[in-house]
Amino acid sequence: MKIRKVLGTVLTLALTLSLTACGKAGNDSNKGYRTVDEIKKSGTINIGVFSDKNPFGYVDENGEYQGYDVYFANRIGEDLGVDVNFVSTEAANRIEYLQTGKVDIILANFTVTKERAEEVDFASPYMNVALGVVSPDSKIITSLDNWDANDEIIVISGTTAETYLIENYPDIKLQKYDSYANAKNALENGNAAAWANDNTEVIAFALQNPGYTVGIPSLGSQDTIAPAVTKGNETLLKWLNDEIVELGKENFFHKDYEATLVDTYGLDYEESLVVEGGIVK
Amino acid sequence: MDLGLEVLFKGRNLIRLLGGLGMALKISLIAVLISIPLGILMGSFMTVKNRVVTLILRFYLEFIRIMPQLVLLFLVFFGTTRAFGLNVSGEAASIFVFALWGTAEMGDLVRGALQGIAAHQYESAYALGMTKAQTYFYIVFPQTVRRLIPLSINLITRMIKTTSLIVMIGVVEVLKVAQQIIEANRTASPNAAFGVYLFVLLMYFAACFPISRLAGYLEKKWR
Repeated sequence: MKIRKVLGTVLTLALTLSLTACGKAGNDSNKGYRTVDEIKKSGTINIGVFSDKNPFGYVDENGEYQGYDVYFANRIGEDLGVDVNFVSTEAANRIEYLQTGKVDIILANFTVTKERAEEVDFASPYMNVALGVVSPDSKIITSLDNWDANDEIIVISGTTAETYLIENYPDIKLQKYDSYANAKNALENGNAAAWANDNTEVIAFALQNPGYTVGIPSLGSQDTIAPAVTKGNETLLKWLNDEIVELGKENFFHKDYEATLVDTYGLDYEESLVVEGGIVK
Repeated sequence: MDLGLEVLFKGRNLIRLLGGLGMALKISLIAVLISIPLGILMGSFMTVKNRVVTLILRFYLEFIRIMPQLVLLFLVFFGTTRAFGLNVSGEAASIFVFALWGTAEMGDLVRGALQGIAAHQYESAYALGMTKAQTYFYIVFPQTVRRLIPLSINLITRMIKTTSLIVMIGVVEVLKVAQQIIEANRTASPNAAFGVYLFVLLMYFAACFPISRLAGYLEKKWR
């Protein structure tokens, strides 16, 4: 008898819960994105950022989003006159979020590539990325040409540095490691002459570890980081491109760098990392 | 050795971690509340001697078991938007997937427990003039529930632990908060990873241990 009562309560509860859960769903249009006017009208813009990639997008001890990407996102909200709703994204689901219109813009350290550009629309860039090579002060490597055949270079497996070196410098012997920590130990133990990785990573490493210098701060193809919107969202794309040009006039991204990245990368790399007004020099 | 425990007490970090655990518990508990009654219903139907019904339920169970939870989460969260233009929130999608999974597993547990009830129990009930419904409610279900408790508790704790996947659909739970804290302090306290993960481990333990103790208590009390 008791059990029947309990069952009845639980069932009702479950039904109510599932109904309220469904009630939250379903309102958006069918084109899969929101135009600038629709965003303004709703009063909130959804921006996908990283929540654990210090110093680009992270959450501080007060639970506030911070970083280079977030600084820009807040400005976008301000200039559109709407609140920013930050959505925590992962590297693997950034495209999916845009394609389903669950965010309006992705500002998650998104590197522009040909493959990605087929799936989403990139606005003008606001940062440079390239490969960099760090080596001990005792023997700073400034060029990969005329490489000593006995020397090896450290890379992390699966990174763009590995692919780039195999393609362009097939004669250089590579020492491959699985993780950042192992590669770092190998360089500190002197197992190889240098370490090649994303330049932001090696620059940060050299600044935190005295005795090492980034001899080659940018190697190979210059890639850029740009905001991305859902494919076909022309009004928002145009708005973003205009915004980036406007912000260039007040040197906005230099201010952004000085507010968020200077602690990690120092002032020396400001010019090589920041892209102002959407124009890569 | 520096475990970087001081980052736990920085700002609102401790409250944020507890909030993350709260989110994980909320989703798994709501899912459990939904899957227990539905699972009992499904388990009862699985014992019905009807080929079509058994086949459909069997297919449902195997489908949910074979599919990784992550795929189901993506399917519900992104798939519903793509296919029907529905904008399901991450939380609702998580509860839905966990309830689907819970119902399937619970159903199979109930089926096992029901089939474990000896035939003479039914026969005695009928002999006493009980109807089929009465037999189920007064004789079969009370006995099944007792057998089910330890098994379903195991399912609840498994669910709580699996909530670490829901971060992939944008729901920030305890493990994600931990990663955010570690990463925000990666220059100031490079060793924080150990301390923070240790704390997360203790939090999961604190959440799951009372549940399994409760199971032990109920098992003894109802014996």
